Amino acid sequence: MLRFIAWRLLAALPTLAVIITLAFFLLHAAPGGPFDADKAMVPEIRAVIEARYHLDESVPLQYLRYVGGIVRGDFGPSFQYQDTSVNELIAQGLPIDLTIGLLALLLALLLGVPLGMAAALRRNSLADRACTVLALLGLSLPVYVTAPLLILVFAVTLHWLPAGDWGEGAWRNLVLPVVALSLPYVAYIARLLRASLLEVLQAPYIRTAWAKGLPGSQVLWRHALRPAMLPLVAFLGPASVGVITGSIAIETSFGLPGLGRYFVDGAFNRDYTLVMGVTILYGVLIVLANLLADVLQAWLDPKVRL
Amino acid sequence: MSLWRSLPRWSLGILLMLVLAALVVPWLSPYSYYAPSWDEIDLGPHWRSGHLLGTDDLGRDLLVRLMWGCRISLLVAVCASLTSLVIGVLWGVTAGFIGGRIDAWLMRAVDVLYSLPFIPLVVVLTVLFGRDLLLLFIAIGAVSWLDIARIVRGQTRSLRERDFIVAARVGGMTDAQIMRRHVLPNLAGIIIVYLTLTIPSVILTEAFLGYLGLGAQAPLTSLGTLIADGASQMRARPRLLICPALLLAVLVYCCNRLGDALRDRFDPASH
Repeated sequence: MLRFIAWRLLAALPTLAVIITLAFFLLHAAPGGPFDADKAMVPEIRAVIEARYHLDESVPLQYLRYVGGIVRGDFGPSFQYQDTSVNELIAQGLPIDLTIGLLALLLALLLGVPLGMAAALRRNSLADRACTVLALLGLSLPVYVTAPLLILVFAVTLHWLPAGDWGEGAWRNLVLPVVALSLPYVAYIARLLRASLLEVLQAPYIRTAWAKGLPGSQVLWRHALRPAMLPLVAFLGPASVGVITGSIAIETSFGLPGLGRYFVDGAFNRDYTLVMGVTILYGVLIVLANLLADVLQAWLDPKVRL
Repeated sequence: MSLWRSLPRWSLGILLMLVLAALVVPWLSPYSYYAPSWDEIDLGPHWRSGHLLGTDDLGRDLLVRLMWGCRISLLVAVCASLTSLVIGVLWGVTAGFIGGRIDAWLMRAVDVLYSLPFIPLVVVLTVLFGRDLLLLFIAIGAVSWLDIARIVRGQTRSLRERDFIVAARVGGMTDAQIMRRHVLPNLAGIIIVYLTLTIPSVILTEAFLGYLGLGAQAPLTSLGTLIADGASQMRARPRLLICPALLLAVLVYCCNRLGDALRDRFDPASH
């Protein structure tokens, strides 16, 4: 198991290298520099600033310097927030992203799994039809549509919950962002589980379990559910990508000071180091989510041996 | 006949009506999408005035703006999907047809690309190189070809082993001829299916960029831009948020229904 994890982490290195290189050269190929927006600068001051951020060096040298920093876990100074390192900004923003993202996935599991099970066990029932409709709605209603609509209904019209702001993570401030982010995943999870459970319930070993005279609850919980969960676990990788994209929209809608917010602001302000740092971090998160998915899958599936 | 029956008629009908409306309404309407009209600011929906959905905070007709947004979204979606189609099909056919080490490397590259944070990269691209429509759909298209490449490769591999391809080779056809005469025509069905599934996802990507303020340049608009504009003034004029949000949802829902139905029809392996 440990060897497998180590091997997978090693295999992720090329991916990370591609992300770092791509991000670096994209940003450096861009017309305009980070200090263009300021009013005409005295050349000497400009030279000092550029020297401070090593912008006066050749691009390959800057690249090596940057990669060297990352290896030591240093994303460099932010161009936009003076005297603040990207590491500090990430340390501020990441907890917000993780809180919202993990709560949203948890909520999606809590709602989606029972719905998918009900749909598979009672085909063509109300739950089944709700599952079908909800799944397509979830696919068609992106976060940036549901989030403003939820704000409109629950904050602006009903005044039940705040319309935005982090509020030090108070639960009232968390409800709407988490719900908005989780809705598409309720749909995905319910749909995936319904399909896989229907397939598993047809399998010969389920018939055997019935034939042995096991009670229905035991057939479902001990024999059917575990293999039926496999597609859900495999979905963890794509879901993490979606949650990252969704969190950018969520933080824009609700004005939360998370990574997504920093990312968008940084992109608009040509804060190279911040944008690169966040992009690389996103890559790392995706790689880790995929790894976790593989490990869980191996643990659930007796046919996979590590 | 049976193809026609298997299509979701409502979705197809609504989709066709939307496309038609997006093309015709701005042309028929006396109002422009860009010119502010200071004495018609913030009118409610009214049949007699001709502003069927009312006007926005600059007095511009909402319906006309929605339909322009729809035009831009559809244009970007179709162009980006075609871009992704060209890249994906070339990549997939090459990998599947040649096989061996080249196949392994090409698909390894796809695997690496799958775990890139693509949307952030597109955001960076659009910020850096300006909000050119052409660039927008090239950028989106360049990041959404992976699924198509995988599916085309799988299909090509299974085709390559089939008797009629072997017969063609024995009969002395060159690889290029086989590719053109036998492989590509047999891929057409599945390519069309995944094209219809790529379009809604591209519409969503484009709308996402628009929502972040990276969409079409004002006064031109797209559905995502309209949603963001509406969201910023939802207290005063919820209509400006609800209309584009609903339109986007209906558009994507219908595309997804259509794509799902086509996939069930043409790609039995997807179950």
